[in-house]
Amino acid sequence: MATPNVLGIIYSNAYDSLVSELTSVRTMGSVPFAGRYRLIDFVLSNMVNGGIAKVGISTKANYQSLMDHLGSGKPWDLSRKRDGMTILPPFNLTGSGGVYKSRLEALSGMLQYIAESGKDYVLLADCNVVCNLDYEKIVDEHIKSGADITIAYKRGVAPKLDDIMSFELDGDKITKVIVGETGDTAVNYSLNIMVLSRVLLERLVHGAMGQGDESFERDVIGKNVNALNIRGYKVEGYARTIDSLQSYYDISMGLLTGEFKDLFAKDLPVYTKVRDDMPAIYGVCAGAKNSLVADGCIIKGTVENSILFRGAYVAEGAVVKNSIIMQDSYISQNAKVNCAILDKQVVIKPGRELSGADSYPIYIGKNITV
Amino acid sequence: MVKKTECLAMLLAGGQGSRLGILTKNIAKPAVPYGGKYRIIDFPLSNCINSGIETVGVLTQYQPLELNDYIGNGSPWDLDRSYGGVHILSPYQQIKGTEWYKGTANAIYQNIHFIDRYNPEYVAVLSGDHIYKMDYNKMLEYHKAKDAACTIAMLEVPWEEASRFGLMFVNDDGSISEFEEKPKNPKSNKASMGVYIFTWSKLRQYLIDDENNPESGNDFGHDVIPAMHENGERMFAYKFEGYWKDVGTIDSLWEANLDLLNPKVDLDLSDNSWKIYSRNPIAPPHFISDKAKVENSMIGEGCVIDGDVDYSILFSNVTVEEGAKVRYSIIMPGTTIKSGATVEYAIVAENAVIEEGAHIGESPEEIDNLDNWGVTVIGEKVTIGKNATVKAKEMIDTDVKEEK
Repeated sequence: MATPNVLGIIYSNAYDSLVSELTSVRTMGSVPFAGRYRLIDFVLSNMVNGGIAKVGISTKANYQSLMDHLGSGKPWDLSRKRDGMTILPPFNLTGSGGVYKSRLEALSGMLQYIAESGKDYVLLADCNVVCNLDYEKIVDEHIKSGADITIAYKRGVAPKLDDIMSFELDGDKITKVIVGETGDTAVNYSLNIMVLSRVLLERLVHGAMGQGDESFERDVIGKNVNALNIRGYKVEGYARTIDSLQSYYDISMGLLTGEFKDLFAKDLPVYTKVRDDMPAIYGVCAGAKNSLVADGCIIKGTVENSILFRGAYVAEGAVVKNSIIMQDSYISQNAKVNCAILDKQVVIKPGRELSGADSYPIYIGKNITV
Repeated sequence: MVKKTECLAMLLAGGQGSRLGILTKNIAKPAVPYGGKYRIIDFPLSNCINSGIETVGVLTQYQPLELNDYIGNGSPWDLDRSYGGVHILSPYQQIKGTEWYKGTANAIYQNIHFIDRYNPEYVAVLSGDHIYKMDYNKMLEYHKAKDAACTIAMLEVPWEEASRFGLMFVNDDGSISEFEEKPKNPKSNKASMGVYIFTWSKLRQYLIDDENNPESGNDFGHDVIPAMHENGERMFAYKFEGYWKDVGTIDSLWEANLDLLNPKVDLDLSDNSWKIYSRNPIAPPHFISDKAKVENSMIGEGCVIDGDVDYSILFSNVTVEEGAKVRYSIIMPGTTIKSGATVEYAIVAENAVIEEGAHIGESPEEIDNLDNWGVTVIGEKVTIGKNATVKAKEMIDTDVKEEK
């Protein structure tokens, strides 16, 4: 069933600074993940699979790679005459001096786009949450329950985000909102996927901006917990929030313990830009175990517990373990890489050894030769 | 500036490929999967776009549904254009009645109006069922430099295979002095690759004359080319060096796939300057578990491998369960090979299921009389029951029952 009446809004830059290594040349949305994707692919695919056909993507900085990845939106079937995908460059609000600082200002900068969308509902989502969720169910639940705002949440240790919301609930009704880190105890933490009516969103943003409020979480959601009917939508399936380079590494490695089957459900495909690589080739003495390998890889050496992105090359005698090797990186003969994150187009010269620890993976930046 | 098409390509994709048996029961030969993610037609289509030919007519006739669907609007090859692009040309009803394409020349003849719409100087006539990478633009430059009416791409083949091809005798200046169609005792090893460039004004007239000739079989190789030759038109051979394969039979399809694993074979699909484009599957990277052993193979996206894979090509979304063995085989998309099953020297088509303990195919070493050996073929959506055996050379297109 289609959900024609919903506008999707994606924050491509949210929490960029938490994985500053990966986002120095890109947005959170264009951080490579799971061998052939960018983080935004999961959000976009969830929207498209949930019948959302109009999507606005908020950007702030470093969005060249994001624009390159998204193109016209065709891989997600969002290149359309009616609806479709729009990249929203930063909007210079009078008085704010250009680039926005908070989620609230970002929303305020796109109010005109939101208003002109003509949709009844708006679904907001961030890129650092990796999940394969049927967004349509959240929207249906929102409409059925008569909530003013519905927020998807998960039970567990909350990610270390300084504005993370956690909730106390009475049934599905959110009775209290705590903003900020909650330590290592299990709580009901927000996945920052929310649904509300467009009219209410416009009113809340206008109101908060008028009062000089700064925080969407604290001032819009937190303050209104009694005035509005805010409800939670519990997510039981796969959902992981990236809050640091370490968590990016841990979540990636988690895919190899079988979680990739939860993330890539057959009936909810994840779309991405195609690269027309040939299928991966394994050489005569290749040894690969417990790894995710994308198209275009050539493996002649040994690969264990690793994720190889498109076009990665592992030469004869090279050993790659517990690592994430991004697009077109090249591991030369007899080189050894352990517990490392290699960004795109990294070259490891013959015989070099590189080893981090699983609690402290080494990161090698884009285009660097070691 | 008014857009002008200098050279337009007509791609003959109507062939049944009857020697591919059950693999072409429901699809035309150009749509047969190849190389872990491609279909044969990806090669000529990618060659066109890489050579700068942006208007392509695809002539379909036999089982065109899947092929038409696959080509779609041509966007995987950047051939979705407002001007030009890819056009599917199927036989149609006319006021004088309905006519199938009687032969390759007739197929082009029936679409003269399509070509005239673009008013090209030259027309390339290509075959939709060969695997090769070729710059048609270089051939076109050669054609222009020779001021030829027709240029035929030529490949030197091993003498022992020469009798399977249409052969040419070539003078020192590259002009063709004589043709020989599949002779028993070949005197030349210069074979025609089925790639032609014609000066359109010439070809147009010969097609009309050929159609008006009741004796003609309306075929390029048999009728149009000899007629041009007899009339003394300037005909040249263009020498091609590189990998070229006509996958006409099961064994040659199997071989052509495994060629990709041979470093000595000159067909590099990872070359970014000459990409082979295709409609990509929507699937995650493939997963190799800690129980798997994968060597000397090509693995497509979405595969989940728990068993042993050696010297094989696996297309997208193939599952190989723990303890299963796949050797010297081609496994097409969506097929599942369950635990303990063995697949060797076989081609398994799409979405087949090989149940536990089944054994498909035989190694040539296990067979006394090699005449009885051949690649085993399992058709699409076929289920091979538990512990069942399928011997060498067999072609199975209905389910095989479980054996105790």
